[in-house]
Amino acid sequence: MIDQQAPLLEVENLRVSFATPTGPVEVVKGLSFNLGREERLGIVGESGSGKSMTGRAILRLIRAPGRQTADVLRFDGLDLAAQSARQMRGIRGARISMIMQDPKFSLNPVMTIGEQIAEALKVHERLPRRDLQARVIEMLTSVRINDPERVAQMYPHEVSGGMGQRVMIAMMLIPRPQLLIADEPTSALDVSVQAQVLDLIEELVTGNGMGLILISHDLNLVARYCDRILVMNAGRVVESCAAADLHKAQHPYTQGLLAAQPRMQETRDELPVLDRTAGEST
Amino acid sequence: MTAPAISLKDVDISYGDTKVVRDVTFDVAEGESFALVGESGSGKSTVLKAIAGLAPQWTGAISVLGKPRGHGPDRAFSETCQMVFQDPYASLHPRKTIDTVLSEPLAIHGIGKRSEKVLEMLAAVGLDRRFRFRFPHQLSGGQRQRVAIARALMLEPKVMLLDEPTSALDVSVQAEILNLLKRLRREQGLTYLMVTHNLPVVSFMCDRMAVMNKGRIVEIAPKTALYDGSFADPYTRDLYAASGGNPDAPAPLAASDS
Repeated sequence: MIDQQAPLLEVENLRVSFATPTGPVEVVKGLSFNLGREERLGIVGESGSGKSMTGRAILRLIRAPGRQTADVLRFDGLDLAAQSARQMRGIRGARISMIMQDPKFSLNPVMTIGEQIAEALKVHERLPRRDLQARVIEMLTSVRINDPERVAQMYPHEVSGGMGQRVMIAMMLIPRPQLLIADEPTSALDVSVQAQVLDLIEELVTGNGMGLILISHDLNLVARYCDRILVMNAGRVVESCAAADLHKAQHPYTQGLLAAQPRMQETRDELPVLDRTAGEST
Repeated sequence: MTAPAISLKDVDISYGDTKVVRDVTFDVAEGESFALVGESGSGKSTVLKAIAGLAPQWTGAISVLGKPRGHGPDRAFSETCQMVFQDPYASLHPRKTIDTVLSEPLAIHGIGKRSEKVLEMLAAVGLDRRFRFRFPHQLSGGQRQRVAIARALMLEPKVMLLDEPTSALDVSVQAEILNLLKRLRREQGLTYLMVTHNLPVVSFMCDRMAVMNKGRIVEIAPKTALYDGSFADPYTRDLYAASGGNPDAPAPLAASDS
């Protein structure tokens, strides 16, 4: 039996590399972390820090010629690295799902929203059509879409960005996964909608006892919605801390990122800029 | 008192039959930095476009540096007022080198000494001269935005229209661009009209802001209102709360619970 105390996800020495004409380039360089059950982990870093690649590598979505290796990649007692492509397909969506950045590019433009959400469920479960429809409507209601019957008939271009992202969340959560990876789920959205979408994710995650990995470049946002934070730079974790202790961050890179953000009550004449020559980031 | 740098009076703007902006009235003093804040679809970018001449269907009165603005493109106008767009990945021609991009406004306006001016401007926006003959795809997002700012400054305008100049960039790169914009404003005495949805950026960059909702200005507030959230309009207060409020404020805020 699976030990309930064991972490939901164990990652040890995860490496992702891409072949280039000048030799392989490692974008994730030996990443290790554990994710507890019902824990919310935030991964923060700038563009190119390898945070999205980490998210994809957990789902084994690194496409050739990219290569990923890991000493341990275990999800709920299951060795993900040893699964066949077919077995992986059974896991993706059903047990681990991922919310992508931009609903505009991630939804199928020629399928109605209802069909797409139903498809996510059909792949993993056999259900009579009536139940399927009921589950889709129920899911759309739970992501707070008014008039779900009408929205289910609409195409992605007919809904706003915030609504599109809610549709994505509905699609990802309908098979009731145990782990949700959200890769910049709100960076394409307005501030006011951002808070709604994140509150929604938080509510659904805690309500269903899921684990969450929130990938973002926004430190404060991650601190508001996660328990623990990993700060990545150039493929490595430079700092790991509890979200509440973010302001006590020790590493110069984390401090630099925090300081570079304008504040509501801004008194500084100039924002401090990260010294790129000092770190190993290029 | 001199005439305001930008003055809008009862401006309505429409696209086709749809009216997207109604009754917009505000003045921006010379040398001031003024922000237009609001969510997508509130009409804030449309106001900028109307001033720049990219949304010609408007009524009311717009004047820049005391001169009334016509409805179409205007060569004399573009010497005083230039715009920087949101997405540096989309606003530079992919098949023209940085040198071509920067010389083009000079060529159009028949200004000489182009080569020197390009080098000068590259230095002013903090780009090394080796970038001069590169193509946009060879630059990072922050570097491209610097090129876009350089292009806007080539004609030595007095008024800059900034449409979310940093929303496509990383936090640390955003800091670099904001510092650059602030420095250029100080050095060249520019007037900024900046569209953004990021309230902390307003606090850093601007003196006053107008909050827009559904095509109307609901409130014009000084930036000090951001310190304590003392906004009059309920919509503005919601927007402020959604942005996280001010964590440095002494009073407790209802930002994180809901």
